[in-house]
Amino acid sequence: MNITIVDYKSGNISSVINSFKEVAKDKVTIEVTSNLNKIKSSDKVVLPGQGSFKSCVDALNKIKGLTDTLNDFAINYKKPLLGICVGLQMFADVGYEETETKGLGWISGKVSKINNQNGNYKLPHIGWNQINIVKDSKIFKDIENNSHMYFVHSYEFLPNDKKVVSATTDYSSNIVCSVEKENIFGTQFHPEKSDKLGLKIIDNFISL
Amino acid sequence: MLKNRIIPCLDVKNGRVVKGINFVDLKDAGDPVEQAKIYSDGGADEICFLDITASNENRDTIYDVVEKTSKKCFVPLTVGGGVRSVDDINKLLNCGADKVSMNTAAVENPGVVIDSSKKFGSQCIVVAIDAKKNGDKWEVFTHGGRKNSGFDALEYAKQMEKNGAGELLVTSMDRDGTQVGYDIDLMSKISSKVNIPVIASGGVGNLDHMVDGIKLGKASAVLAASIFHYGKYSVKEAKDYLDSKGIPVRI
Repeated sequence: MNITIVDYKSGNISSVINSFKEVAKDKVTIEVTSNLNKIKSSDKVVLPGQGSFKSCVDALNKIKGLTDTLNDFAINYKKPLLGICVGLQMFADVGYEETETKGLGWISGKVSKINNQNGNYKLPHIGWNQINIVKDSKIFKDIENNSHMYFVHSYEFLPNDKKVVSATTDYSSNIVCSVEKENIFGTQFHPEKSDKLGLKIIDNFISL
Repeated sequence: MLKNRIIPCLDVKNGRVVKGINFVDLKDAGDPVEQAKIYSDGGADEICFLDITASNENRDTIYDVVEKTSKKCFVPLTVGGGVRSVDDINKLLNCGADKVSMNTAAVENPGVVIDSSKKFGSQCIVVAIDAKKNGDKWEVFTHGGRKNSGFDALEYAKQMEKNGAGELLVTSMDRDGTQVGYDIDLMSKISSKVNIPVIASGGVGNLDHMVDGIKLGKASAVLAASIFHYGKYSVKEAKDYLDSKGIPVRI
């Protein structure tokens, strides 16, 4: 099996690469590339994302054919794809960070700033928070409810169809922190920085 | 519920830990990777490396340390010390650092904070503020505490938030190394002034100091060096104690 981590020159993806390589060991090949043919021929794709919604979408669009290739991979061929942080947020129709920006539109909804309740909640939401698993998700196999995961974000994904939500976390409100829609998976938290439990989630995705 | 973080900090010089855990069973007490791994296995919420390498020709040693550590530790890694430019930040992030902290550079060249937070996102930009009390205010010092910038720490903190810092690492120079506790007044004033998380540093000598730093100082995270290094407390003991005092921690 081979898994591609999409390197679209936005933000820092070394931690994602390190964690996948750690879990994959020799059983799975991990490619880090934006080469369209390599993405097409992979079994699974990881879409990381750091920085702003707009900067990530802009970076994706800068690589000719990448959005179409990812769309084919996830929507037409229905192969497993995992979005992390802004990688998940980009599943939405639209994001409002910096300016209104069109997302990939794979899961209907929008990405808005977390309501900090007049400064009562610091933003970014940085640190370890517990996840409330609301739906059986394949990537949560052997992950207990209320497990701690590492978060760092100021914006949240608000999907229209709540059935896609697999976990939430409590910070000012119940923030969507994991989604599963058929073959599309996403985590708002960083499994690559969430210690052993995070690596377990990566292992679950690899083992799908 | 979001947990308060405990962050052990390791001083690294020429690629070696100079102030680290003093365990007898350590194979190589100077190996930053081994020390970081002990902390992350022990429940540290993040690891911080402070590079205190003095000479320029050995500056690159930190990149190697970060690269090796990030392949073994899967909790966030913050690296600071001697970071001058967007390019320095880029190199550290590429080696596997999750956040980079800046002190002198942020004072001398605010553009570095603005540009790097735009380029890499605020989430990985930490501004370290070394503050020293002068009358009824605190002044920001640079160059490892040797140079007074004259800036008021509270105003400066607010400005750094505006410039794009994702977190502030606030060290009381009056308390650093004294083990008499964080400067609670300083921490709570800065924390109330800004809407980004504050990490308290400088002066922790026992676990009650950590409790105070969070409860009274309103810090989101507490950073400590010596109390962990010399085996006075383990990270787990610290967390259990904080938990017993009603502070939310990841256990």
